[in-house]
Amino acid sequence: MQRPIRVLIAKPGLDGHDRGALIIAQALRDEGMEVIYTGIRQTPEQIVASAIQEDVDLIGLSCLSGAHNELFAEVIRLLKVQGASDIPIFAGGVIPAGDIPYLKQLGIKEIFPPGSTIKDTVAFVRNLFSREG
Amino acid sequence: MEDWLMLLRQKDKRTIAQAITKLENRDEEAKSMLKELLPCTGKAQVIGITGSPGAGKSTLIGSLLVHLRKKGLTVGVLAIDPTSPFSGGAILGDRIRMNRHAMDEGIYLRSMANRGKVGGISIHTKDCVRVLDAAGFDVILIETVGVGQSELSIMHLADTVCVVLHPGAGDMIQVTKAGVMEIADVYVVNKADQAGATRLIAEIEDMLELSGGKGAWMPSVIAASSQQNQGITDLWECLQKHDQYLKQTGEWEKQRLAQLYQEVEEELLLLYEQRRKTLMQKESFKGLVSQLDRGETTPQELAEMLAKQLFASESE
Amino acid sequence: MERKEKFETLSGIPLKTVYDESDSPKHTSQPGEYPYTRGIHQKMYRSRLWTMRQYAGFGSAEETNERYRYLLEQGQTGLSVAFDLPTQIGYDSDDQMSIGEVGKVGVAIDSLQDMEKLFEGIPLDQVSTSMTINAPASILLAMYIATAEKQGVDPKFIKGTIQNDILKEYIARGTYIFPPKPSMKIITDIFQYCMEHTPQFNTISISGYHIREAGSTAVQEVAFTLANAIAYVETALNAGLDIDLFAPRLSFFFNAHNHFFEEIAKFRAVRRMWAKIMKERFGAKSPKSWQLRFHTQTAGSTLTAQQPDNNIVRVTLQALAAILGGTQSLHTNARDEALALPTEESARIALRTQQIIAYESGVADTVDPFGGSYVVESLTDQIEEAALVYLSQIEELGGAVSAVEQGFMQREIRKAALATQRQIESQEQIIVGMNQYQLDNEVVPELLRVDPSLAKKQIASLQKLREQRDNKLVQTELAQLRQAAGSSENVMPYILNAVRAYATVGEICNTLREIYGEYVI
Repeated sequence: MQRPIRVLIAKPGLDGHDRGALIIAQALRDEGMEVIYTGIRQTPEQIVASAIQEDVDLIGLSCLSGAHNELFAEVIRLLKVQGASDIPIFAGGVIPAGDIPYLKQLGIKEIFPPGSTIKDTVAFVRNLFSREG
Repeated sequence: MEDWLMLLRQKDKRTIAQAITKLENRDEEAKSMLKELLPCTGKAQVIGITGSPGAGKSTLIGSLLVHLRKKGLTVGVLAIDPTSPFSGGAILGDRIRMNRHAMDEGIYLRSMANRGKVGGISIHTKDCVRVLDAAGFDVILIETVGVGQSELSIMHLADTVCVVLHPGAGDMIQVTKAGVMEIADVYVVNKADQAGATRLIAEIEDMLELSGGKGAWMPSVIAASSQQNQGITDLWECLQKHDQYLKQTGEWEKQRLAQLYQEVEEELLLLYEQRRKTLMQKESFKGLVSQLDRGETTPQELAEMLAKQLFASESE
Repeated sequence: MERKEKFETLSGIPLKTVYDESDSPKHTSQPGEYPYTRGIHQKMYRSRLWTMRQYAGFGSAEETNERYRYLLEQGQTGLSVAFDLPTQIGYDSDDQMSIGEVGKVGVAIDSLQDMEKLFEGIPLDQVSTSMTINAPASILLAMYIATAEKQGVDPKFIKGTIQNDILKEYIARGTYIFPPKPSMKIITDIFQYCMEHTPQFNTISISGYHIREAGSTAVQEVAFTLANAIAYVETALNAGLDIDLFAPRLSFFFNAHNHFFEEIAKFRAVRRMWAKIMKERFGAKSPKSWQLRFHTQTAGSTLTAQQPDNNIVRVTLQALAAILGGTQSLHTNARDEALALPTEESARIALRTQQIIAYESGVADTVDPFGGSYVVESLTDQIEEAALVYLSQIEELGGAVSAVEQGFMQREIRKAALATQRQIESQEQIIVGMNQYQLDNEVVPELLRVDPSLAKKQIASLQKLREQRDNKLVQTELAQLRQAAGSSENVMPYILNAVRAYATVGEICNTLREIYGEYVI
């Protein structure tokens, strides 16, 4: 049996704008993936614990509050502490172009700033797993 | 491969998570893992929680988790959501109401998609229950999808079935129709602070009086409000009582044996189903269909012929 | 042959090639007359222009105070406070939950001390202030009252609005703290307290804005906002309040989105619907209770990160629709808001946009200029009709609170949002500069950066406050608040006392959390 890709879509930070996160969750669901959505206001600790317990293949982070630099870095640090830094991460939200190099250097595979399309995001996820088989 | 089992028994979250994934996917590796797991199982109290969507199952489980942790008990939760029949994907949102427990060492939460299983959730969920049981969780809670006939299969998984209802429109009729009432050991009327709750409780009690309970066990009805943390102590007491009842009367062994029997039946059906699919996808099958079309044979004749082929390939 | 197979508004109302008398019913009411389709005032902007109220706030209270003074100097006529997320969700700046968030999307307010700094040199009897604050609205209002007292201003004369609309937080915006029931109780407490003590202050701004931003249609915006409004009125009536005493202090907040005619029609429709609801359903006697007064903000979600200067044009058209729809006050978005908080320059252009419409275009010189337009009148009727269908659905679910708990509005909005996103991606909807007419080399604009050392400074000043204030008094006031929250008493006076003792937003909210619990959707 071919196993569905499992993705955690998580919203770190205090903003309640979950439209983007939900749209991506739905689009990935429509692509045949199992999407775990944990709701708004998740701390980095909660996100990492969820990713591990759910044994996900991928983490998607969405943050519109402007706290992305601090919070994404903390998620990455905690994954490392837990020995789970093999789980790839992508991210979206209100992320200025100037922050993208820093976040990619931290190890985030791809960033989808405002104006990104569902198509691009889904294609990225698909690609990630076709390459890795 | 002793290592993983040791880590699993220490409740290492990542080991548990990866073991569940393997068993859920029924890899080759899964078979041998299961053999190693089995001797470590049989201790946990397995509770199924079912009821219509919107009845507040996740919130209730959230409150129950707080209560159980205060009592020093460890808990594994399997929360099941439906797989989309169109895409095969799923959105699993049950963590939203439980995720404040994500970092608790004594709690493991796992969301599962039912992966469109006809006849219910039991086969692959059962193996996941075994993983949590082997990991040493005292209590295992299974939250079901909440709709349709497949809800009944929770009785093949759980020692105790808890049906959650709320005073919203038509809940009683829905569950009666689905046959869920016949499998309940405990009823929870959730959102008990809302209008109509008292009536709903009375309706259930009336019905129970008429039906006379489940064997020697008379299901109880608990009024709860998970938003306001009401009734949780009562609920746990009642779940405990049912556990004692099962164990004192020997029902527990009987029930577990019946569940194993049921599992074999389901495994058998699964094997059959796989073979049927392979057979019907063959080129030669299409020729047979055209015979049907021309009126040279009847569907029944054709099925009998195919059955022979199926069982023939069995003995090959 | 036409360009497209079908033409429709963003809410999916079909648009005909030409409209004529047969589409337009014979409405006879005039501006200033029930049911106020044409506006709540007879003379509208001929007697007084709308209030130009730009939402602003970032970083520390001192920095934001500087921006306020700048905006007032530039001719802005009202203030609008943006709070950071920790303040909005009731966490102090040094809380674990506040990491990375302090001063980011608005100003950080921990205690009365910050509020005093925020309005330093701005006499509170001479300005009207709108505060985007919901779950802790009671606390921030109490701080505003206490600041006025310190300035020697009688709270009877303070003017402004607190958003205080918790239902749309559950539906769309997400800054809720407590469960619906205690939240509704606090709101009623505020209504009651303000009737007596701050009679010129709007106690709620029932907001469709964020519902629309979350991806709803115009029709859903109207319907869900009115459903929430009905719930607030019912809760207040159940608490025994007199409708004609609190209803005139209810205000509304809508979105000005892209479809020009639909938007104008939306404002006209919602005004008419509210008048009918108040008069016919609730039996309000005072015309003040029937009149829907609203603030408008142009749609942030329509701004593109690509070619940000194009946003100035979008904002102009949206602002025009709001004015033609008869708004009482207006915020025009700055061109760079899709990326960050506005720089001083882009905030100024946004304000100038309003001033150009007001003083140069001539649209403010006649009342309801689209009254009698076949298409606008027809759309007004159709929006009302479609919104009424939603209202009766919500009624069947047991009203807005119960519908929210069941996730009804959330689901409807999600469906609409996904449909829109799909249309944009298939280019059925064209967004200039984003899915068509793109540039190869975008110039990255200069963005406002919040000083990264701000959080540290804010935390240091908070800790200093905790050392200097009378902590015994703080504990006493919080204990009394705890007791009041556990009873049916009005919590406002107790919150005000705690605020005066310099208890922090986080401390007060945590006290209330103990009693009310926290809500998880």
